Amino acid sequence: MCDTCGCNVTEGNRHLIEPGGRHARTESGREAVSVLQDLLSANDHEAAHNREHFDRHGVLAINLMSSPGSGKTALLEATIERLGKEFRIGVVEGDLETENDAARVRKKGVPAVQITTGTACHLDAHMVHKALHELDLGELDILFIENVGNLVCPASFDLGQHRNVTLLSVTEGDDKPAKYPVMFRASDLMLVTKSDLLAVLDDFVPAQAEHHLRHLASEAPVVTLSAKTGDNLESWFDWLRDEAIAQEERIAQGRTVRPRVQPEGALLHAHSGA
Amino acid sequence: MHELAVCQALMDQVVLVAQREQARRVTGVTLQIGPLAGVEPQLLLDAWPIASAGGVAQGAELLIESMPLRVRCLECGCDTDAAPNRLLCGECGSFRTRPISGEELLLKSLELERDGKVA
Repeated sequence: MCDTCGCNVTEGNRHLIEPGGRHARTESGREAVSVLQDLLSANDHEAAHNREHFDRHGVLAINLMSSPGSGKTALLEATIERLGKEFRIGVVEGDLETENDAARVRKKGVPAVQITTGTACHLDAHMVHKALHELDLGELDILFIENVGNLVCPASFDLGQHRNVTLLSVTEGDDKPAKYPVMFRASDLMLVTKSDLLAVLDDFVPAQAEHHLRHLASEAPVVTLSAKTGDNLESWFDWLRDEAIAQEERIAQGRTVRPRVQPEGALLHAHSGA
Repeated sequence: MHELAVCQALMDQVVLVAQREQARRVTGVTLQIGPLAGVEPQLLLDAWPIASAGGVAQGAELLIESMPLRVRCLECGCDTDAAPNRLLCGECGSFRTRPISGEELLLKSLELERDGKVA
């Protein structure tokens, strides 16, 4: 976003920058200056920079988001085991503390960079950019960014990824999309994980989770799987293969893609119907 | 609790605009925030005195305009009110909708005093 080319100007706010608007005097005699800039524009700028890096090296970047303990790292381990020969995979791990997850992933034979955020509840584009300096993107086809386990804050920060994948484990409750709408509506794919436990749970219905997701105006596909038993992992792998092909095609055409929810895109039509 | 990070990003922008406008002091900051921004206005208000302390906007009033959540239906074309976890068309019930208001996380305007001038 910028305040020079006018890309923030919409039908709803145009009056602010027309004569008398931008530098209107307030009653106190002070000057009111219209800005109309996204609060996270510095982050978004860095995210766009990261995305350029990924595209230049032909890397597909996937942001994995979920609550803590939903099985992000286990899914990555199973994915590397199965697709490690098909794709060159790299991982950026985000946690408040410890190198544990990066160590788990490295054991599977792929490069992994651990970001420890200290107290921060999410990754941001600057942290990811710094981590990218430790990875050779030219040696990768797919980069997974495992975000901090948190169903709230990571949704607000673009990292430069191409796709958002949100995990919902069956031990969490099938109404999570209704409880955390900002996170789940940002998903390009929702994975219902730990399906092997469905047999002993009587209160989680995958179709109900999908029902709540549809109420968020989301058309994202839903895949129910188990990284432990391997149940339905092929559907997830097929989605990844399709995305990898789509990324190759985009690069060949000089295009890129952002995750389903694009704050800037939304701003471009903010208030147009109000 | 990413509101402090958001508030610090806001502060960075306030400083840049204040420099550009050659402001001596920023006395008011107005934001627009929608229910889908994922930011809790009250937490931003709580974080603001900390983020603004000691800078050009110390003591400035932070005003937050809460934006309505409205969706446009891609099926029937109607614009209707919605809730964060129910973004269906209020007219025909379709889930093929797009928000037209409610995702804002915007620095709308600043009120400021300029260097050496009576504003």
